[in-house]
Amino acid sequence: MTPTEGNGAHLIEVDHVSKYFGNVIALSEISAHVNGGEVVCVLGDNGAGKSTLIKILSGVHRPTEGRYLVDGEDVRFSSPRDARARGIATVYQDLAMCPLMSIWRNFFLGSEPLKGVPPLRRFDVALAKETVRKELHEMGIDVRDPDQTVGTLSGGERQAVAISRAVYFGARVLILDEPTSALGVKQAGIVLKYILQARDRGVGVIFITHNPHHAYPVGDRFVILNRGRSLGSYVKSKLQQDELVRLMAGGRELEELQHELAGITSGPAS
Amino acid sequence: MAVETAPHQLPDERLARVGFVAQLLKRPEIGSLFGVVAVFFLFVSTGHGFSSTGFGSLAGAASWSDEASLIGIMAVPVALLMIGGEFDLSAGVMIGSSGILFALLTVDHHWNVWPAFAVVMLFGLAIGFINGMLVMTTKLPSFIVTLATFFVLQGLNLGGLFSVTGKVYVPGVDTTSGYAFARKIFASTVWSPYDFQIRVFWCIAITAIGTWVLTRTRVGNWIFSVGGDATAARNVGVPVLGTKVALFMATSTLAALSGVMRTLQLREIEGAAGIGLEFEFIIAAVVGGCLLTGGYGSAIGATMGAIIMGMTTTGIVFAGWNSDFHFLFLGVILLLAVLLNTAIRRRAEAAR
Repeated sequence: MTPTEGNGAHLIEVDHVSKYFGNVIALSEISAHVNGGEVVCVLGDNGAGKSTLIKILSGVHRPTEGRYLVDGEDVRFSSPRDARARGIATVYQDLAMCPLMSIWRNFFLGSEPLKGVPPLRRFDVALAKETVRKELHEMGIDVRDPDQTVGTLSGGERQAVAISRAVYFGARVLILDEPTSALGVKQAGIVLKYILQARDRGVGVIFITHNPHHAYPVGDRFVILNRGRSLGSYVKSKLQQDELVRLMAGGRELEELQHELAGITSGPAS
Repeated sequence: MAVETAPHQLPDERLARVGFVAQLLKRPEIGSLFGVVAVFFLFVSTGHGFSSTGFGSLAGAASWSDEASLIGIMAVPVALLMIGGEFDLSAGVMIGSSGILFALLTVDHHWNVWPAFAVVMLFGLAIGFINGMLVMTTKLPSFIVTLATFFVLQGLNLGGLFSVTGKVYVPGVDTTSGYAFARKIFASTVWSPYDFQIRVFWCIAITAIGTWVLTRTRVGNWIFSVGGDATAARNVGVPVLGTKVALFMATSTLAALSGVMRTLQLREIEGAAGIGLEFEFIIAAVVGGCLLTGGYGSAIGATMGAIIMGMTTTGIVFAGWNSDFHFLFLGVILLLAVLLNTAIRRRAEAAR
């Protein structure tokens, strides 16, 4: 948690950030950081402040209080574009892809490689297809045909394409917003594998999820949010999976819920 | 990290061997290609075959290509606009408006043809800009916004023309200065005795440019994306507003060009010119594989749609049927095309 100067600076770091919307405290005094080549999991139930934190990190919102540092420097992003320029890429749940367009068209959408001189300047299609095939293969993604429309990919494959796109376009920090939430067990496993692939390429990954079973196998550190506050930051070596599950569910609340449910199920029977 | 170097060049075992035919079947314009062949042979068999007066002769081709190019020049921009997720119902009436403006400038105000042509092109750009900005700023469906433009222009064409000239048409365009040369470029015929309209070559050129822009340029990628998912496109930095407005401007500017061509060809223009054609353009685009919902389609398909419609219009005459059956054909073809497109879309979008 200690901010270090110079070369030892964290890739990105938030230091006691808070965000108020009017009189609603969405986030309060959150501190966290991520370095290249590590996965930090941000866990929390609905309403815990996960999406507010993402929006601060990705440049959509500015924190009301606290500092946001990139490479040890204070930053104030005014748009997601600013964040992207510093290498902070966010992969949202809706992925920003057009289902009826092919993989290579989607991959380069908005940043098309060009060749030739005006007025004959054109999209370098051959380069685009080859790059997509190569990049996806390096991520260990086995794509059948770059001409396939994105709509024909499975949910996990789409996440993978979005992740490799962000990495290809120079992301140093990858913020993944619930990438596994809409997926089945097997598909989620595939996405977790791609998260590790990105980490192995030196990218710092912030993995936002409400599922501790997805977070624990890939995370190096865990930040647990509850009702806008941090319940603490844990290193994996000092945390067991069931402990994480308990923390994440709000510990005592879960126990209370179990009692309540026990009451309901035994109720009509008696 | 992958250590192997070759595997991604090996064929994937899940990828069944895709033959040429299967590749072809994935193209959006494939339905219209079958349609062209089917309609051609239908009218060859009913319209005096390949004899010198038959539908299958070169004279027959000159005849149907005349009709087809009339629609095709506009079907291409309308298709691109539809792929970009918008409609332009004013595309037909714009032909009349532009022709009337052109005729008024040259006949009534004695302008030379070329400055008048330049003004009409600017008029086309301006109307497209207005259409596009209205759609984008109000966020209303373009169907409604351009329907309004359609009525405004129709009122101006009919009412405005009559109140200015006291007539419902402007004759005598062939008496204006520069007419002969302009006609040579825009409305002459080539290859006697068959007399193909030079417009056919304009149509081929516009189709080629449209196809190139759509499939081989950055703007083409943007067109697909603004029609497919405008929010996603905006998130990755595609200029959604600029792309859509440019599409509207291309459509109405080509309508203006069509208006000038028509006026030069007929030597006059009537107030009601072009009205109703907007649906023919849209039908051609849909028959050519464009989805009404945007994000998918092709420019060459739109031209094939136009060819089907041109063949139908002239083929009915060759077959000696009542030409009003034209509409019955249009209806059937449109329905078949939409059914086919829906099936294609389902295949393209379905998750595995």
